Amino acid sequence: MSEPIALTVRDAVCLFDVSPPFLDRVLSGARRRVLRAVDGVSFTVRRGRTLGVVGESGCGKSTLARMIVGLQPPTAGTLRLEDMPLADGSLARPRVQMIFQDPYASLNPRWRVGDIVAEPIRELKLVQGEAAVQARVAQLLETVGLAAADAARFPHAFSGGQRQRISIARALATEADVLVCDEPTSALDVSVQAQILNLMRRLQAELGLTYILISHNLSVVRHMADDIAIMYLGRFVETGPAEEVFANPRHPYTRLLLETIPDVQHPNRDRQPLSGEVPSPIDPPPGCPFHPRCPQAEARCRETRPALEMRDGRQVACFVVR
Amino acid sequence: MSGAAPLLSVRDLRVAFHTRRGRLVALDGVSFDIAPGEILGVVGESGAGKSLTGTAVIGLLDPPGRIDGGEIWLEGRRIDTLSPAEMRRVRGRQIGAIFQDPLTSLHPLLTVGAQLEETIRTHLPLGRAEAKARAVALLREVGIPAPETRVSQYPHQFSGGMRQRVVIALALAAEPKLIIADEPTTALDVSIQAQITALLRRLCRTHGTGVMLVTHDMGVIAETADRVAVMYAGRLVELGAVDQVVRAPRHPYTAGLMASIPRMGKREDVLAQIEGSMPRLGAIPPGCAFSPRCPSASARCMVEVPVLPAGGAGAACWHPVAEPAHV
Ligand SMILES: Nc1ncnc2c1ncn2[C@@H]1O[C@H](COP(=O)(O)OP(=O)(O)OP(=O)(O)O)[C@@H](O)[C@H]1O
Ligand SMILES: Nc1ncnc2c1ncn2[C@@H]1O[C@H](COP(=O)(O)OP(=O)(O)OP(=O)(O)O)[C@@H](O)[C@H]1O
Ligand code: SF4
Ligand code: SF4
Ligand SMILES: [Mg+2]
Ligand SMILES: [Mg+2]
Repeated sequence: MSEPIALTVRDAVCLFDVSPPFLDRVLSGARRRVLRAVDGVSFTVRRGRTLGVVGESGCGKSTLARMIVGLQPPTAGTLRLEDMPLADGSLARPRVQMIFQDPYASLNPRWRVGDIVAEPIRELKLVQGEAAVQARVAQLLETVGLAAADAARFPHAFSGGQRQRISIARALATEADVLVCDEPTSALDVSVQAQILNLMRRLQAELGLTYILISHNLSVVRHMADDIAIMYLGRFVETGPAEEVFANPRHPYTRLLLETIPDVQHPNRDRQPLSGEVPSPIDPPPGCPFHPRCPQAEARCRETRPALEMRDGRQVACFVVR
Repeated sequence: MSGAAPLLSVRDLRVAFHTRRGRLVALDGVSFDIAPGEILGVVGESGAGKSLTGTAVIGLLDPPGRIDGGEIWLEGRRIDTLSPAEMRRVRGRQIGAIFQDPLTSLHPLLTVGAQLEETIRTHLPLGRAEAKARAVALLREVGIPAPETRVSQYPHQFSGGMRQRVVIALALAAEPKLIIADEPTTALDVSIQAQITALLRRLCRTHGTGVMLVTHDMGVIAETADRVAVMYAGRLVELGAVDQVVRAPRHPYTAGLMASIPRMGKREDVLAQIEGSMPRLGAIPPGCAFSPRCPSASARCMVEVPVLPAGGAGAACWHPVAEPAHV
């Protein structure tokens, strides 16, 4: 009935040591400081589905993404891509690729666009012969709305959104089975965004791709995701089928997030930002990490941390709403 | 706005790249004003020339890019003809820039605090301790938690969105008159976004700061900007009050843009998209640059370049979308 699992993440933790340099620490008597970027996250994603990950800036989304693709070793826990059965019955390692948040940092400025896109094709020997490689590059560039002739130019000659399209073309070039997309369209105007999102949906339907989609843009996530995870300070605070979470958000943070979305049709020009200072992953507040900003906080929220509990196919970490 | 002298006035700006393959016109006759205290939103197709417009105004065009024509005036003084040294003084003190690319604006080997303090002390008569206090205050203002700790960290220790906020803090450090904000909230979640746009609006109201706000997020435009300029293939194709452009766009490109926004209410299988892509520089068709993709194109559109109506507001189009009957 349901598709096999493509990715299993169990209790993934990523800590960063952000202590002052050793000498300063000794002189000033400061203690070691640890930043809990990802603090115990577990989930699975089924093949051919899209998990949307949403959360405040700095809550650990990119760190989680980097752990999934193997760019950041986890401090604890496991992140495993499950082998895929092939047509002949054998098993194969799925290929995983990341589309980066920052299209400036992720493209080598000294390489021509054609070589940037061709690299994984050559590396993985996906097609035979240089002419076939060039043809594939041209096709990929056109797929993302660039021109075949752009292969001869360097990244600096492209605008921000055009560079993002280059990195999408490169990710598609790998023919990856699992794509981790970190803000894939936030540098794009809405008409190009629509083209890319439609393309991603089409490729998913045709090739059975699995997506982990990180975006702060809730309407993009709503459009793309089957399931959604709301992240706060390194942890998931609500997960479930996207339709249901959007229709009926339970966690107070999810509700506030949905209320804050600027609406083109009904703009609120006096919108007040979420009150309260954003807590820091270096000194997370005790109890429920959301309590300093939560309108529904009670006394116990300040002392004990609520666990992520499953109810009716949804997981919510909150004492009050469940 | 009427009567008030504009803070920034851009007249018939032309920018081209002089390459071996010839001269590529990237900005073609762009004109607009920004009044003190006004936020002008700039939207448009990726590659349309939004960032280039901002870069030209702050005088940071890189060769082979060059201003080939037009004038740029800031507070009644022509600035496109200033020497590089004079322009450096204008930047930072009079114009604060938030670039689309947060990494290139930050030095990787200096702490965030050191960079802020340097900018503050270059432009404001403050001592070391005062500059440091102001750096922490700025970080707090842009919503960086635990700013006292963060101020001594390096850019790579910040998340993407936090780096972007540091760049915003840098641009605000010297209290400039004009802020050029290129995608300032792109990587930011909605709550920080609301905080940054509230901060920009407050600066406009209390300090009379003018802002050129480039963003792809129509929601942000709708909630923040006073007027909107829409760009396509190096030209300004529509200019008007924000609610008019958002609710009743007159240019067919703007109308297509508005239709491709994913709606919160429902999940469509396919988003509306404008078929085709923007012409490359050097391959811009004669007449209206949008004509190959435009559902209303006529024979006239293929030969005559449409211009904005006199006075600037309206659509540069021979057959604008009809104005809706008033309800
Ligand atoms: N060195 C260069 N040589 C040739 N063309 C260039 C060069 N630098 C920029 N361009 C072109 O100038 C045009 C305008 O770029 P600009 O960065 O202003 O776009 P933009 O509107 O900001 O787009 P985005 O929304 O994607 O950031 C683009 O089509 C780009 O390809
Ligand atoms: N190399 C590093 N050293 C120290 N701290 C780091 C490092 N990388 C990330 N962090 C910290 O980890 C936390 C999570 O960062 P991450 O980049 O995962 O956030 P994010 O959710 O992707 O945010 P954004 O939406 O702003 O991109 C942040 O507080 C960040 O400062
Ligand atoms: S546990 Fe308490 S503080 Fe945390 S979200 Fe629920 S009500 Fe708010
Ligand atoms: S001038 Fe013609 S082609 Fe251009 S947008 Fe208007 S109707 Fe379309
Ligand atoms: Mg990130
Ligand atoms: Mg740009």
